[in-house]
Order: sequence, then structure tokens, then C-alpha cells
Amino acid sequence: MVWLSPVIATVLTCLVAVIVFLVSGVDPITALKTLFVAPVADLYGVGELLIKAAPLVLIGIGLSVGFRAGVWNIGGEGQLILGVIFGGWLALNFGSVGGYWLMPLMMIAGALGGAFWAAIPALLRTRFNANEILVSLMLNYVAALWLSYLVFGPWRDPAGFNFPQSEPLAQAALLPIIIEGTRAHAGIFIALVAVLLGLFVLERGFAGFQLRVTGLSANSARYAGFPVNKAVWIGLLAGGTAAGIAGVGEISGPLGQIFPTASPGYGYAAIVAAFLGRLHPVGILFAGLLMALLYLGGDYAQILGLPSSIGGLFQGLLLFFLLTVDVLIKFRLRIEGPRVPVAGEAS
Amino acid sequence: MPDLMAVLLATLVAGTPLVYAALGELVTERAGVLNLGVEGMMVVGAVIGFIVMLNTNSLMLAMGAAAASGAVLGFGFSVLAVSLMANQIAVGLALTIFATSLGSYLGRPYVGMALVLEPSAIMQLAGEIPLLGLVLGGLHPLVWLSWVLFGGVWFFLYRTRAGLILRAIGEAPESAHAIGYPVIRIRYLATMFGAAMAGIAGAFVSVIYTSLWTEGLIAGRGWIAVALVVFATWRPGRCVAGAYLFGGVTIAQLFAQGAWAAVPSELMSALPYLATIVVLVLISRDAARMRLSVPASLGKPFST
Repeated sequence: MVWLSPVIATVLTCLVAVIVFLVSGVDPITALKTLFVAPVADLYGVGELLIKAAPLVLIGIGLSVGFRAGVWNIGGEGQLILGVIFGGWLALNFGSVGGYWLMPLMMIAGALGGAFWAAIPALLRTRFNANEILVSLMLNYVAALWLSYLVFGPWRDPAGFNFPQSEPLAQAALLPIIIEGTRAHAGIFIALVAVLLGLFVLERGFAGFQLRVTGLSANSARYAGFPVNKAVWIGLLAGGTAAGIAGVGEISGPLGQIFPTASPGYGYAAIVAAFLGRLHPVGILFAGLLMALLYLGGDYAQILGLPSSIGGLFQGLLLFFLLTVDVLIKFRLRIEGPRVPVAGEAS
Repeated sequence: MPDLMAVLLATLVAGTPLVYAALGELVTERAGVLNLGVEGMMVVGAVIGFIVMLNTNSLMLAMGAAAASGAVLGFGFSVLAVSLMANQIAVGLALTIFATSLGSYLGRPYVGMALVLEPSAIMQLAGEIPLLGLVLGGLHPLVWLSWVLFGGVWFFLYRTRAGLILRAIGEAPESAHAIGYPVIRIRYLATMFGAAMAGIAGAFVSVIYTSLWTEGLIAGRGWIAVALVVFATWRPGRCVAGAYLFGGVTIAQLFAQGAWAAVPSELMSALPYLATIVVLVLISRDAARMRLSVPASLGKPFST
């Protein structure tokens, strides 16, 4: 039954989409086709879908490690940007002299950058009891400002007509294309490795069990001798590492250079993907593909004269409906009439 | 050296949206509901308020519409989090993701447009008052109204029976229910009140503070408001003081950008967020005191 609610939530979201189209005066059948079929009608489109799904799946699996342990890392966006900053620094400084070693080094640098950004809320939570939701969120804004400082300042391409962008990354800093005729790059494999790793470590491993127990009840975990603080660290670092690698994948893959807006909100969309995928690696794989389709649909929405934010709107609705359907599937609702307290009954 | 009076007035104006949003969230949390959707409600409030102001040129209508749109979102939050007992953190995040996109969807045709506000008659009238006029005349009536809101919230929470019931529901909903108080209904009302205040806070930013709408206008103010409630250890007075402290940080950052051109403006812009983290750490460090001040049932669903 737990698998049913994402499906029902998707159907409900489509229903709302139809209503939105009718209100906007667009024929809903054409609209649904334009938004959700046309983008993936050819091989190039499928490549685009995979490019967008890869970071969502990667970050979603990373975040799900934390969510399982009840650690609310909302800082995926900032951790991704740190990956862009750390990996980008290597690419800009060693790109021209870089060989086959540059790409792996960039990945490691990106992972370290994301992990470093996630370590801040982990440290502040375990050492000072500070709420990790608020800390990781504030760091998203700080990271975005840091990146825009770099791209508007020291990293700005002198030949870029004053646009806020870095110079194009050197060949050694780019991920190879894996499907001819598309932009699909090797970063997609990294997302698939994350799915496998997630399956073995989270679903089969003892560590995964410990994390889940911690998430369900911190007190039971403490009683069983599972270290709760360690779960906070593992949860946050997994998310940070994954997001950092995803950040490198963005600049080395589809972007090919560094922009202040390196991420179209992947860090937030990955939260939806993680929940929609039921915090399970395979589920997150499918959820990531669906979320990527919504991003692509948003890009196509302009054809119909609708703003591209409509993609994000449906992503948010999807999570809403999922949470509702979850409750309705788990519990049976009973509507009760108002109960009038009778005098003397309370005592 | 900027005029001290100007800095003071600017600080009050910059802090006002936080006063509205944080006082609203404080009431919500005192009833035991943790609403993390404030940021999203502020975004929608900002867009709706801006659109209504642009079309009707009536501040009352704009603020009313912003409050109403917030309350509608608050009702949606309550259906899920209070009635259906879904995880409050997850619902709040979903609301913020949804409402942020909704805001940019609705506001798309209005990006870059600016409002021309006429100096209100009330402000001119207030300027005539001897002594006080100097301060009041320079401030928007909505700034004074935020002080009225503070007084109202304080009086309600600590001096009325209804406020006592609301606080009791945040601490021990089972006991409150046992004596016959409608826990669910009061939680709905508290959440919708907080959401309406978040809507007004958003509209204050778009209509009065900047008088324009762009994407990313709210820029985390809603989250800072949620953090403020923690800094304030759930007390209204400290909430207002904290809001003005942050207003001061925002204004200091603006003046510093003019004064020291050498310091990157991005570093200055990051100050409010960094300050939030620092203060959050300082307050949360004392775990024992936190446990004493936080409403005991905050974030826990209640079922009969």
C-alpha cells in the first residue's frame, strides 16, 4: 500500500494540472501532451530527462539517509553550490594543464565541499543543540551569495562581455558524453552507483537499520546503544557529499561553465524526490525521473504561454498530495459530530 | 556619518515584516503547531498584496487580501498537519516549496513593476503631533500597527482566559481536551492567525519596504522569523526586540556597503543569515533552558 500513494498523488496532481490549464484557457489534452510527452518524444529529450534526473536522484538518496534518521537536512541547495565552488576552483586553476586525473579530483573536491557545508549544521546540532533545519537553510543563502561573489568578481570571464559567468571549462574538466547526439553525460552513472550503494548500505546493511531505528525513536536507539550523534553526522554528511558531487556534475556536464545560478533549485526538489520515492533508493530513482519531467515540462510551458514556474508548482503539489494520501491510506477517518461537554462530565 | 534618526527609522521599517511574521508564528507555536511554511506564506502574501495594491491602489484591500491568502494556506496546512496528523515538518516544507512556486507563477506578469505610493494622509496628520510627530510622521501606519499587534498578542496570551487556554493546548493538549476545550479548533485558528500575519509580513515587504515585486524578494525572511521565535524563547517581547535587531543588521549592511566599497557586497548581504546562525547557537546552547521554554507539545499531533 505504501507504494500506492505516490501513484495516487501523481494522478491527483495531473487532475489539478488539468484544472489549471482550463482556467488558463489552454486545451488540457494538448497542454498535458506539450508539457509531459513532447519533451521526451525524441532521443535528445530523453537525454535531457536523464541529465535533470541524475542530480535529483543523487541528492535525493543522500538526503534520504538523513531523513531516515530523523535528521532534517534542508541544505542540499547550499551543499550543491559548495560542490560547484570547490570543483570549479580546481577546473579553473588546473583545467588547461589537467589530464585524466582532473575529473576525479574535481569530484573529490566537490564531495568535500558539500560535506564541509553539511558538517556545519552537524557540528552545531551535536555540540550546541542548534536546529539543523534552520542552520542548513541559512547556509543555502550564504552559499548562493558566495558563488555570486566569485562569478561576479574574481571568476568572471574577461572575454564574457561582462556577463556574470566564468570562462568555459577546459576539456579535461568536462564529463564525457555517453549517448551520441544528446547532452547525456557520465554523471548519470554516478547517480546509478548511488542507487546501488543506497540499496546495499541502507536496505541490507546494519548501519541502515541503526539509522532507521534512530529516526523512528531516538530514545529506543539510545537504549539499544546506537549512537544518536553519529546518526546526525552520517545523515548530514551523506546528503552533503552527494549534493557536492551533483554540483560538480552540473558544471562539468550540461553547463560547461560556472553561473551564479548553477542550480535550478535541485536541492529543494530533491527533498520532494526523496519523500516521493519513500526514502528508498529505487523509489527515489523513479521519483527523480518524474521530478525531472516536471522541470522539462516547465521549460516547455512557455510554448503554451504559461510561466515556467508551473513545473515547480506541480512539484510542490505532488508532495502535498503525497502527504495527504499517505495519511488517508494509513488511517481510517471518522467524521464525528461536535461533542457538547455535559456539565459535571469533566470531573 | 548617516543621520542617526534616519538609521533608526530605517531599522524599524526593515524589522517590521519580521515583527508580523514572528509574532504570528509565536502564537501558532504556543498552540503546539510548528508551521515551517512561513516563508512560502510570505511569498504568496507578497505577490497577492502587490497585485491588489497595483490594481486597486488601496492599502487596506492589499493587506486584507494578503492576510486572507495567508489564512487560506494556513487552513490547508491545518487540514494536513492538525486534522490528518501528517508530519508537521514535512507539511511545512511542502507548503514552502509549493507556495514559492505559486508566488512566482502568479507574479510572473508583474516582475519589475514598481508601485508609486502617495504619502498617506494619516502619516501627514501624525507628523503634526508635537514631539512624537517626528518619529510617527516618518513611519508607515503599518509599523505602528505592528506595535498594536505586539500589545494585543501579549495581552491575549498572558492576560486573557482564551490566551491561557491556547497556551495550555500547546503544553498539554490531552489535559485541555479532558476539561472540554476544543484543541483542534484552537490549533486551526492559531495556525490561520499566524499564516495571515505571515501574509501581511510578505505584503509589507513588496508593497511598502521595496514597492516592487521580483522573484526571491522574501529571501529567507520567513525562515529568519521562524528562527526568531526560537531566539525569543517563545516570548513576544523578545520576539519584537529580535526582529529589530535583525532589521538593524540589514540596515547596517546597507550603510556599510556605501561606506566601505572595498568589502564585497555579497559578504555584507550574507550577514543576516550568519547572524541568525550565531544567535541560534547562542540560545540553543543551554539545552535545559530550551526544554523549559519550548511549548511541551510543539510539533506533536493531537488526536482524541
